[in-house]
This record gives sequence, structure tokens and C-alpha cells, in this order.
Amino acid sequence: MHRSVLIVFAHPSLKKSRTGRILAESASGLDGVVIHDLYESYPEGDVDVERERELLLAHDIVILQHPFYWYSIPPLLKEWIDLVLGFGWAYGPGGDALRDKSLLSALTCGGGLEAYTRKGQNRYTVREFLAPVEQTGRLCGMEWLGPFVVHGTLKLTETEIRQHAVDYRRLIEALRDDRFDAGRAAKLTHINADVDAVIRED
Amino acid sequence: MHGQDFFGLTFVLLAASLVAVPLAKKLGLGSVLGYLVAGIAVGPFVLNLVGAEGEHIMHFAEFGVVLMLFLIGLELDPQKLWRLRRGILGLGGAQVLVTAVLIAAAAMLAGTAWRPAVAAGLALALSSTAIVLQTLSEKGWLRLDAGQNAFSVLLFQDVAVIPILALLPLLIDPALKEAVVAAETPLSELPSWSKPLAVVAAMSLVVVLGRFLVSPVLRIIARTRLHELSLAAALVLVVGIALLMDRVGLSPALGTFLAGVVLAGSEYRHELEANIEPFKGLLLGVFFVAVGASLDLDLVAGSPLTVGGMLLVLVGVKLLVLAILGRVFGLRRDQNLMFTLCLAQGGEFAFVLLSFAVQQRVMAAADAALLIVTVTLSMALTPLLLLFYERVLQPRVGTHRTDDRPSDTVESHADVIIVGFGHFGSALGRLLRTAGHCPTVLDHDSDRVELLRKLGLTVYFGDATRVEVLRAAGAEQAGILVLALDNPEAQLHLVRLAQEHFPQATIVARAGGWVHAHELMEAGVDHVFRESLDSAMRMGAETLRLLGLRGNRAYRLSRQFRRRDEAMLRDLLAHRHDQEYLSRAREHIQDLESLMQAEQTDDLNADAGWDPGPLRRAARQDGEKPD
Ligand SMILES: Cc1cc2nc3c(=O)[nH]c(=O)nc-3n(C[C@H](O)[C@H](O)[C@H](O)COP(=O)(O)O)c2cc1C
Repeated sequence: MHRSVLIVFAHPSLKKSRTGRILAESASGLDGVVIHDLYESYPEGDVDVERERELLLAHDIVILQHPFYWYSIPPLLKEWIDLVLGFGWAYGPGGDALRDKSLLSALTCGGGLEAYTRKGQNRYTVREFLAPVEQTGRLCGMEWLGPFVVHGTLKLTETEIRQHAVDYRRLIEALRDDRFDAGRAAKLTHINADVDAVIRED
Repeated sequence: MHGQDFFGLTFVLLAASLVAVPLAKKLGLGSVLGYLVAGIAVGPFVLNLVGAEGEHIMHFAEFGVVLMLFLIGLELDPQKLWRLRRGILGLGGAQVLVTAVLIAAAAMLAGTAWRPAVAAGLALALSSTAIVLQTLSEKGWLRLDAGQNAFSVLLFQDVAVIPILALLPLLIDPALKEAVVAAETPLSELPSWSKPLAVVAAMSLVVVLGRFLVSPVLRIIARTRLHELSLAAALVLVVGIALLMDRVGLSPALGTFLAGVVLAGSEYRHELEANIEPFKGLLLGVFFVAVGASLDLDLVAGSPLTVGGMLLVLVGVKLLVLAILGRVFGLRRDQNLMFTLCLAQGGEFAFVLLSFAVQQRVMAAADAALLIVTVTLSMALTPLLLLFYERVLQPRVGTHRTDDRPSDTVESHADVIIVGFGHFGSALGRLLRTAGHCPTVLDHDSDRVELLRKLGLTVYFGDATRVEVLRAAGAEQAGILVLALDNPEAQLHLVRLAQEHFPQATIVARAGGWVHAHELMEAGVDHVFRESLDSAMRMGAETLRLLGLRGNRAYRLSRQFRRRDEAMLRDLLAHRHDQEYLSRAREHIQDLESLMQAEQTDDLNADAGWDPGPLRRAARQDGEKPD
């Protein structure tokens, strides 16, 4: 069974991006995968709600890809959530447009893995910081698959970034082809802590 | 020459080119070979239509080379010229010196006395500016490494002619001594110490005139809005400088080149280019035809082995020297091949220098005639060598793109051209500049151009509704044409012109109202912007704020309105020629307003997600919202 994938991509300064750009490039051109670049589509910030809802309806899996800014998502993505996931459409009475779809985050963050531990500087894991996103999905009846996280972007070499991009691409293909093991992924700090473990080869 | 002769001759030369050049281009041989062959065909040995006039025509048409160097100068401002210094002095100097020595040595080996041998070496060391530059620009190679270096070498050669002319009289062959005709140069009556002074004075005059006099004069002429006057002015300028250079014994080509460099930064640059270009093209063509017509085929038939041998030595030595020097100066393999093959011929300067050598009794007339034939043949060989490069060598060595170099090129053009630089165009242009783009800007109001230049903006004078002006501004290479004129008819005219002549460029056009916008869209322009819409929206939003709306809401509303209005405009395009166009438009306008009004009051509007109303209602009935 094939499932269609929508990557909602939000990066306010793509020109200066290293990691996010390479990840997005490696995901582009895949069959059944659409990358939707929010900051390119809405240069004036006004999200076209109707169009966004059509896109969401047309896909089974939604990936929110963005850089991690202040332990959170960039502002346009927040605006997108506010306006698109409306009462009576995505949640509330009659709001079941997104029911049974899957949701995951793909993000790049400056801090390393050890900084995102109890004893580390940031005291919480990225998975914990993403609780609002996870719960937003749950409220809309979506299955939360967890975060794909590239840690320590400020120090990564080009080769290391490319390796993460390959992982990202493999993950997306597995999601699309229904070879993703959600049960195993739920036990990891982040999905890509062990990509081979969450991808079934068949 | 009688009037009738003149017309007859003009007719023959041009008609021959009309037949031969398209044919040659079709065969992939380039225009130069076409012209040369046309010349041979109408020359005394085949159809005999031009009689012995060939050489006269050649002297006249050499003016095409002068015009060409003026145009090249216009493309090269002093900084770019300075960046080429290594190529000009190093590569050019070495090329002339080494080639001259080797050719002289070869001549002496063949039994020539050393004096005429040296003269031949010097004359043959020079290549053909006309052929090389014409061919390179035709193929678009002028901006490549090879083209840049070839250009540098040619520039050095143009300068080198002067000392060579001075040197030749010192080589008088004692055997030919009797009655040397004193060379009639205009400076010969001056005492010798003052000659260098005259030269320096003339060059300074060109620079000073170019800097301070030309622009104001052209401005006055531009105000008359008579195109033929600016045409005349451009010709007067170039011919005047050529005359001046001639008087002090300098090469006219060099003088006009200098004037071109000085004027490269002027606002009239593109206008001058557009005016001179057609004359250059025509004269250069005639020049090539004349070279072909003056080829002495009898001589070739009479001593084929001698001529063949000399041709082999000439081209062989040049190829060798150029290839080695290209390597020493760090040209990559593919570029070096191109550079080497394109410069391996004798040039038009050889004709001048050789006849001067005969006149000065340095060389016997028969020897000079043989050399001239050899040079002509080597000129005809160049397009063939380059064809060989393109078809055989290039596929083997491969070309490497040179895009990653900074653009210190002879003719680099901005990728954006803005036409019309009033309030509208200049605001737009300044925005592009903040993002690091340097648009080429054209405006036809000479007073405004002057004013904007005083403000430090790079603007050129030119009537952009003329194809030649657009072409001179680089429209053939431009990716984007921004049309920002305030005159709807002129805008439409420009769109048609651009679509026909510069189909590669994306057009971004300013429109007045609906009707004009529709006309532009119908003409096939995808990016049409009504000039007052955005400011009306901003002003409307501010008015709403004054009426008490919050800023965010007023501005979001205005942006929504604008997007819908633009969508509506696109919808209406289909009905443009319907009877009920107007009534439809009225309907659309009313629909848009009522739709948006309704949205403001009910929950359907685009910003409803920020409206807590439904949540509150649901909460009263005990909802499930996060709280
Ligand atoms: C405004 C801002 C806030 C940021 N906040 C965080 C943060 O809270 N935690 C973190 O690990 N990195 C943070 N970073 C670093 C970015 O996550 C990092 O630069 C980005 O993921 C690199 O990806 P890119 O190469 O695609 O831009 C922040 C960066 C910016 C510009």
C-alpha cells in the first residue's frame, strides 16, 4: 500500500540554511511526495486557508519540517496551524478532516543531543519540547510518529549533513511504502537515533 | 569615382554578400568566409565585376575596423582595461616579438637578406583584428578566457603598429637604395623632437573631449529628439577622432578605441553603440569582400609551391608560438586551443606595413606581393581552422564552462534591463540594487538621465523603443526585461518588439488601469502590475486605521482584497471581447465587495482561526478545546 506524503516546509531564511536546505533537496523529486514551501508560497505572510486544506486532504502523512527556533516552530508555521486547523474542520464538532492521518516533525537544531537531556543545558529532550505539536495532532485525530532530529547543526560537516539527508530520504520512502515501524520508533529519543531499526525491509 | 560607378560597385559588393554570406552561415562557416568568397567571386579573376577597385575599396572599408574598435572600447571601461594589462603587455608583447623573430629567421633560411626578412617578420606577426573579433563575437566566444586573451593580444598589436612604422625606414635595403621617396606623413614637417609631444597632445585631447565635451553636446542633440542628428553626431565623433589620429601618424583604430573607453561610463554609451553598430557591420562586410577581391589568384596559380610553403610557415609558426604562450600564461587546454587557432593568421596591418616597406625600398615589390597573397589566404583559413576546432577538437577535449569567473569580460551585460526610469522605475531599480543586482537602465528623457546620474545612479540615455538600442543595452543576453514606461502604447510596442527579437527574456510590465493590463496580458505577458493598485491598497489600509481598525487587520484585509482583485482581473480576461464586458466587470466588482463584507461578519473569513467566537459558543456547551 502506498501513502502520499506532504512535507510542510517552513524556513524563514533558506538562503543561509545549510542543513534544512540539504534535507529538503534530498526529499524532493520522490514519487508521491510533495514539498510545500510556506515561506516561498506566502511572502506576505497571509496563509491561503482553502488551498492548505485541500493539500492536507489530498495526503495521508504530514511532515512538518523546520529549524528549531526557541525550542519551537517558526512563526509562519504557527500561523499556519492557527488558521488551517480550524474549529469544526480539524477538531471540534464535525472536525474530522485529518482523522487517521499521520503526523511527524523533521527538524534541525543547533544544540547537540547531550544538551537535550535532563542534565544538559536545555533540561528537556526535543521530543518533550514538541509536546504541543504532538498534542495538536492528537486533538485532530492524527497519529503522532515522533520527531526526526538533526542535532548540532552548527558543527556538522557537509558529509555528515549529507548522511542525515540520506537517512531522511530513506525514512520518507519507508513511510510512503508503509515499511515504517511506528512501535519501535516510539521507543527512541528521536526517529533517526536508529534509522535501520524503524525501517522494515521487505 | 563617378556616381554611377559608385552605385554599381555598391550594388555588386552588397549583392555578392547577400548571396554568399547566408550560404556560408548555412554551411557553418561563419560570415567572414562568406564575405571573402563573395569578394573572390566578384574579383578580377572570376566575374571581374569590381575591376582594379578592390584595393581602393579596401582602404575605404578599413574604416569598419576603426568603428569596431570604437564599439569595443565602449564595452571596456578603464577598470576592465586595467585588469587586462597582463594579457595585453605580457602575452601580446611576447607574441609579437617571438613570432617576428621566428618568421624573420625562416625567411633568412629561405635565402632572404636580413633586412627584408625582419620587415616581413614584423608585418606578419600581427593578426587580423577584423576577422578574429568578428568571428569571436559571432560565436559568442569573446567573453571566454580564450576570447579575452585573443582580444588582449590584438590590442597590443594595434599599438605595436606605430613603432613598427617608425622602425621600417631604418631597414632600407642598400640594393634598392636609389631615390627613397620621403614618406609623406603629416608630421614630417615638424622637428623630430616635437613628434612625441604631438602624439601625447592628440591622445590627451581625445581623453579630455570624451570626458568633458561629448556628453553635454549629445545631451543638447538628444533634446531635439531628431534621431538622424544623434546618428550624425556619433559619426562626426568617430570620423573626427580618426582624422586627428591620422594627422599625428597614429592608428585611427587606436584613437577611436581610446575614445570608446573614455565614453564607456557615459549615459550615451548604448545610444552611441546602437548608432554606430550598423555602419560597422556594413563596412566590415565590405572590407572582407574587398580583401577577397584583391586576392591575386594569378600569383597563386603562378607559384603555388612558394605560396603554399609560405602559408605553411606563417600559420605553422603562429600556431606554435601561440600554443606555447597560451600555456605559459595559464590557459586551460580547451581555451588554449581556441585561442591558438583563432589568432593564426596575418592581418590587415600586414597590407599597410608591406606596402609601406615597398615604398621605403625595404622590400622588393614582387616579394611583398607574394606575402600579401599569403596573408590573404591565411585570413581565409581562419574560419576553417575554427570550424575544425568546433567539429573535431572541441568534442574531444570538451569545453569547460567558465561561468564561475568574476565578470571581467569584454562585454558583460546585466541580466536585468529596466526601461523607463521615472518615479516608478527608479523605485523598483533601487530595490533590485539592494539585493545586489545591477540592472541596466534606459530612459529617453535626457534631462532626467542627467539628474539621476548626479544622484549617483547608473542610467543610460536611449530610446528603448528602438531595437538597436535595446540590443546595445544587452537585451539579447538579458533574462528579464522590466518595462516601466508610463505610456501604454509604448509599453505594448515594446512587448511586441521584445517578443520578436529577445524571446528568451521574461517580461515584467507596468500597466495603467484594467484595459491596459488586459492588453498586456493578451499580448502574452505573464507578469503585469497595475501601477496604482498597491499604493491605493496601502493608502486604503491606513485610512481604515484612521477609522479605528487595528493595523494588522487593516493590512491583512487590504492584501486579501488585492489578491482577489487580481484574480478577478484574470477571470475577466476571457470576456474581454464580449458584448457584456462592462456589465460583467460591474458584477464582478459588486460580487467581490459583498463576498468580502459577508466574510468579515461570519466565520468563513480567512482569519477565522484567530476568532475565538465559535470556541466560546462550544465551551458553553462543554466543548473539548484545550484551555
Ligand atoms: C532565532 C533562532 C533561534 C534558535 N533557537 C534554537 C534553539 O532553541 N535550540 C537549538 O538547538 N537551536 C536553535 N537555533 C539554531 C537553529 O536551530 C539552527 O541554526 C538551524 O537548525 C540550522 O539549520 P539550517 O542550516 O537549515 O538553518 C536557533 C536559531 C535561530 C536563528
